[in-house]
Amino acid sequence: MNFSIIKRTLGWILLFEAVFFLVPMITAAIYWEEEFFAFMITMLVCGVFGGFCLIGKPKNTNIYAKEGCVIVALSWIVMSLFGALPLFFSGVDAYSNYVDALFEIVSGFTTTGATIVPTGAQVAALPKCILMWRSFSHWVGGMGVLVFIMAFLPLSGARNLYIMKAESPGPEVSKLVPRVRKTALILYVIYTGMTVVEFVMLLCGGMSIFEAINASFATAGTGGFSVKADGFLGYSSYLQIVVTVFMLLFSMNFTSYYLIGKGKFKDAFNAEIRAFLWIVLAAITLVTLNLHFTQSQVLSGGAALKHSAFSVASVISTTGFATVDFAEWPAFAQTVLVVIMFIGACAGSTGGGIKVSRVVIMGKGAYHEVGRMLHPKLVKKITMDKQVVSHEVVRSVTAFFMAYVLIFVVSLLLISLDGMDTTTNFTAVAATINNIGPGLGRVSPAGSFADFSGWSKIVFIFDMLVGRLEVFPMLVLFAPKTWKKGA
Amino acid sequence: MKVIIVGCGRVGNNLAEKLNNDGNEVTVIDMQASKVREITGRFDVMGIIGNGATPNTLREAGIKNTDLFIAVTNSDELNLLCCMIAKKEGECQTIARVKNPEYSTESAYLKEELGLAMVINPEYEAAQEIARVLRFPAAIKIEPFAGGRVELIKFKLAADSPIVGLSIKEVMMKYHADVLFATIERGEEAYIANGDFVFADKDVVSIVASPKNAHDFFSTIRCKGHSIKDALVVGGGVITHYLCEILEKSSLALKIIEKDREVCDELAGLFPKFNIIHGKPTDKELLTEEGLARTGAFVALAQQDEENVLLSLFAQDVASGKLITKINRTDYDSVISRLDLDTTICPVNITSDQILRYARSTQSTSGSNIETLYNIIPGQVEATEFIIKENSPIIGKPLWELKFKENVLVGAIYRNKQVIVPRGNDVIEAGDAVVIISKKLGITDVAEILR
Repeated sequence: MNFSIIKRTLGWILLFEAVFFLVPMITAAIYWEEEFFAFMITMLVCGVFGGFCLIGKPKNTNIYAKEGCVIVALSWIVMSLFGALPLFFSGVDAYSNYVDALFEIVSGFTTTGATIVPTGAQVAALPKCILMWRSFSHWVGGMGVLVFIMAFLPLSGARNLYIMKAESPGPEVSKLVPRVRKTALILYVIYTGMTVVEFVMLLCGGMSIFEAINASFATAGTGGFSVKADGFLGYSSYLQIVVTVFMLLFSMNFTSYYLIGKGKFKDAFNAEIRAFLWIVLAAITLVTLNLHFTQSQVLSGGAALKHSAFSVASVISTTGFATVDFAEWPAFAQTVLVVIMFIGACAGSTGGGIKVSRVVIMGKGAYHEVGRMLHPKLVKKITMDKQVVSHEVVRSVTAFFMAYVLIFVVSLLLISLDGMDTTTNFTAVAATINNIGPGLGRVSPAGSFADFSGWSKIVFIFDMLVGRLEVFPMLVLFAPKTWKKGA
Repeated sequence: MKVIIVGCGRVGNNLAEKLNNDGNEVTVIDMQASKVREITGRFDVMGIIGNGATPNTLREAGIKNTDLFIAVTNSDELNLLCCMIAKKEGECQTIARVKNPEYSTESAYLKEELGLAMVINPEYEAAQEIARVLRFPAAIKIEPFAGGRVELIKFKLAADSPIVGLSIKEVMMKYHADVLFATIERGEEAYIANGDFVFADKDVVSIVASPKNAHDFFSTIRCKGHSIKDALVVGGGVITHYLCEILEKSSLALKIIEKDREVCDELAGLFPKFNIIHGKPTDKELLTEEGLARTGAFVALAQQDEENVLLSLFAQDVASGKLITKINRTDYDSVISRLDLDTTICPVNITSDQILRYARSTQSTSGSNIETLYNIIPGQVEATEFIIKENSPIIGKPLWELKFKENVLVGAIYRNKQVIVPRGNDVIEAGDAVVIISKKLGITDVAEILR
């Protein structure tokens, strides 16, 4: 294990985080809020620790798969530990417990958007700089902070791809251009560009600048923290539709946008994107019909379509915004939402969940297994876009799914000690491990995670990180084998 | 015409024989002395031992005065290289055999950029023929004629066929079929059809007709013509690869048995639609488990002829479907035809036929000009397509007035994109394409068919 390079990378992470604190600090300065000092102290602490880590040049700058995983997992943990400090120092009631503050910021960085603040009214009453820090953490976490650092810093020789692999969602990471650094830069350019476009479109719809910035950050990272008491209910239909569209756009593979930019439309609409769009279409249709026929007094026709489209986009993109409290919807519509919670977004996007490409690969694998029952010596290869999915990828997808289910079940057992109802428990774990935010029952869009015990919150924090980093980096970090000498 | 052939394998041998019979001066080149000696001993051709891709060897073979250069070694790359160098050294037409699917998809590029007159792909042609037969299982063999608007269709008469025992005249009167009977094979003897010929059981009949008319004809004589929905293919070689490519868009379900796991993986990746089974093709249990008895067609495309013949014989025993067998060797044709194997496909013959067609069409003649040539019955009956010129002796008169030689038949007239199945009153005009079916081989001028 190359400790010196890990220490150095963590140093850079802290320095960058110190710079990130400028965003809420500027907000605090504009609105003349005293929480400015909470951020400033943390910034200094970050800077000192970061600078300390950067002292001395590492002799060996090699990063291998093992270091890649450990760096990513540790970076996210360290970043969250420090990111929670300003919330803790701010003196806001909801964050008076450090675990609560940590939950909130992990929920931010992992783009989950589950909040510890008990009611919507209390959220709206939070200081503006804290709201901004929450939303900004979505934006930073969405594309990945290490990818960000890679885009600007020559971290180490040629092996940066290991870091990118560990941090980027999806079963396979493909480079857009030969250099990892340039790939990272292109991804961030696309990401920033789309965020700006959304911001402008929201401004055009009459949203205030502060709200538009927050909403754009939260949509871009597919996070889900909102700054208003009633989420998106109060906004005009235009704004709701813009956000619906952008939630879907940010949950599609960013490589496709690069390909569209290059004029390769056929390649851009690959099998995963097509499957994703079909799933979205089917889910919206089912939910709309269900609402239209069972809730005709409250929601019918166009309104049903608008709200179901918003909710489906919000859940499948794992954003977690809400225009209505879907906990009050009929069981069928809720079940559809729970199903797409697990499917999640496309690989290479900012969304969470199992990922459409993994679902497609597993589905095809199961289908082929049926064929193998009929013809014992049948040879079938899983293909996506006429390319064979290699055996290694198929294996890693199955392993991912097994580990995912295992962690899900263990988490469910641990938090059920709190004595909540099963719906709440199940969807709470689903909403955190899939980085969505709200679930059903007491964690519905109208509720919060405040009622859970500190113990359960730690489980949720772990689940959110597991979901964002796609299981394995976290498992590697906690595996004793990783830390054995000579291993 | 002077011809150089590089590569003395099966195709090279076959070509040398046929081109030599046509009266061309043939020189063969191969690196193996034994192969060259064998071929020069059998036919009246010159042999040179050496690498056909070196200018020296080519000069020795007389590339300067050569009209046609054919590269048919086993290696695609060598064939292409030979043709490029031949093109540089002499003013000749070049033909290369290219079988690798990766190159063959680029055949237009190869022709254009490397100045090739023709890129031939025996495996692809064989797959095409298999696909045609699978679409129209009543036939043993189907060849497109005159740009595909008419087809030459060979089929075998069963004992219970209603036309057995009738003469051709009677059949035409009774069924009013718009088809032309071309040839009949009985045992090893071949006949050019005339009105008085009486059909017998087990005759192999060739007809010329448009696909639609042929379909109507087959349904009136109740020949087994049900469409095939699935096929069991044995062997995953290059032909199978092409067959999958051709049939990928059709509704036909292929099941392919291949013994090499890597080949299975490759096919499974390329053609997810089809079922690829990994197992020994000679495993009787496996064949039975995979439904040999119920399959619509059984296609034997294994490496070895012996394996294919054996498997087809077994399939004939247990299955009721269509049988297609690939045979590489041409020497045992007579034995194999006696086995009654339904359709047999011979890539070597297909290749040499194509090259022969091209070779003949480049020989300019007085009143006409050869377009294509078809081997209806190898070595016995050929069909040749001519473009009729202004000064040809056969224009302007109805066919019944023309004095044709024995065993010659006008098979089809192609005029203004219309195909006429000729009757006695039809008149040939200048500019028509005419298909002549004849027992005299190597016709190069349409005037040769008149007395």
